[in-house]
Amino acid sequence: MSERVLMKGNEAFGEAAIRGGCRYYVGYPITPQNELTEFMSREMSKRGGKFVQAESELASINMAYGIAAAGGNVFVSSASPGIALMQEGLSFICSAELPLVALNVSRGGPGIGGIQPGQADYNQVTRGGGNGDYHIPVFAPASIQESIDMLYDAFSLADEWRNPIMILADGMIGQMMEPVTLPEPKIPVSEAEIAIRKPWALSGTKKGNRSVVKSLRMQPNDLEKHVEKLFEKYRQAEKELVKYDTDRIEDAEVVFVSFGTTARIVSEVIDMLTEDGIKAGLIRPISLWPFPEEAFSKLNPKTKVVISAELNMGQMMTDVKAAVCGRFPVRLINRTGGIIPTSLEIYERAKKILGEYR
Amino acid sequence: MNLSLDKRIVAVVGHFGSGKTEFCVNYALERAKTSNKTALIDLDIANPYFRSREKRSLLESTGIKVFGSFYQSEITAELPALTANARFPLEDKTYKVTVDVGGDASGSMILIQFFKYFVEGDYELLCVINKNRPETASMEGALSHIDRIEKETGLKITGLINNTHLLRETSVDDIIRGYRFCQEISEELKIPIRFSCCPVLLYEELCRKDISAAMKDGILPVALHMRETWLDKKP
Repeated sequence: MSERVLMKGNEAFGEAAIRGGCRYYVGYPITPQNELTEFMSREMSKRGGKFVQAESELASINMAYGIAAAGGNVFVSSASPGIALMQEGLSFICSAELPLVALNVSRGGPGIGGIQPGQADYNQVTRGGGNGDYHIPVFAPASIQESIDMLYDAFSLADEWRNPIMILADGMIGQMMEPVTLPEPKIPVSEAEIAIRKPWALSGTKKGNRSVVKSLRMQPNDLEKHVEKLFEKYRQAEKELVKYDTDRIEDAEVVFVSFGTTARIVSEVIDMLTEDGIKAGLIRPISLWPFPEEAFSKLNPKTKVVISAELNMGQMMTDVKAAVCGRFPVRLINRTGGIIPTSLEIYERAKKILGEYR
Repeated sequence: MNLSLDKRIVAVVGHFGSGKTEFCVNYALERAKTSNKTALIDLDIANPYFRSREKRSLLESTGIKVFGSFYQSEITAELPALTANARFPLEDKTYKVTVDVGGDASGSMILIQFFKYFVEGDYELLCVINKNRPETASMEGALSHIDRIEKETGLKITGLINNTHLLRETSVDDIIRGYRFCQEISEELKIPIRFSCCPVLLYEELCRKDISAAMKDGILPVALHMRETWLDKKP
């Protein structure tokens, strides 16, 4: 195993992206992901890539649209309100079927909100703020190592699916430190190879054939056919990209559903409840879209309540309720505004809720 | 730990994520044990999370006065500004002051406005080195960080803090390896190693190791005040 190093989330995101094949980064500073933009501004040119600080997030995503159309492995990052500004571009990029990796280091909202960690972008990233019928696979890491592994794979995944891939890491994961192991750098794809590997890309006129990248389709029949084709891809993604983790759900009477930073706190809460003799478990969605509905089929009949623990007003509840399908009551433990609950707070609230069903 | 070499003002700089804040909080608490007039100035206006002012109630409960970029209870604002009273413990010479400076050369720039208080013999400017941070893992990387901080602030670094750790994965070998690395920097720059941070749980094990008296004398047992336990929970 290669060496353990101590890294801050934001710099690890950049290092993992570069090692995973990122050759272009377009960004605009926003807290709490600024160290990433700073890291890329310093590292990209040293390592054969290109860095652009755009004049806004709107410009970032549209520059990335252009780079992706030309076949470049491109990465954009921002935090909540900045990701909101990118929604139009993401819809266009999905329609044009272009690969791109986007990272949201989310903070409290709505509006300009605050700079402390939040998970209130759940709906924004899983439902999409852009127009039209489209989906973006979203993955939520709960540790820096997991973020590294996700970003390392994200560029080839985006290429494979010809679709943006979104990583939703909250501000805490961006700002915290963790000992990590870095993967070996992948060999970058040369410009000559792009024309061969990505025949759809606008890689120059010398290759002979002509590629067209567009999202405008004026004929309704043509547009309907295009959307149906996109959805064939999304249906496949729903089968292949589902990712989740479970912990002690086999005989749990209380099952938490939680992702990202909150899942780490919940892990500690489960230990506390276990010490009290209460059987508790966790379903940790790693892919938020597609949502891991299949994990809920593993819940045992003895389960008394499912608790969604989130740093928002309960945005994931809609998906949890759909997955639970009326078999168990679904309750919420949450904080918002950038407040991270303590393990003790979740523990006490969970015990109170469980008391209602025992 | 030997506090007898202490200067009145101890300012702490270094690479971001090297552990300045954790050192400052622990060191300020240690100083407060032997001195009844101590202060901590949090000059980190670069980092949005994990700032020493978040531990204000803990620090104030031991009599440490806390100053920095905040207004009353407001500690989460992202203001590249300081309240004027941050100068108070620097002006009042009866105070022992620990100054937690922002990370890297850009974060240490804030020290320039306090230049006049940094009178030779009255202060120490310590640089935290964590050999497990990729950017300061080599001599070249560490020296270039120190050089940039000195150029930015116009102040000479007067000593080193060996804070080589991997959070809860830290072993005593990490600390010893980090100390040897700091010795190389120390010889190159002709500045002493003032402290070696050691997690409280490893303190006795480290003391049992065959280490020099100088290293032993500089061990600061460190409790992870800034780190909630769930941050090290494997999800």
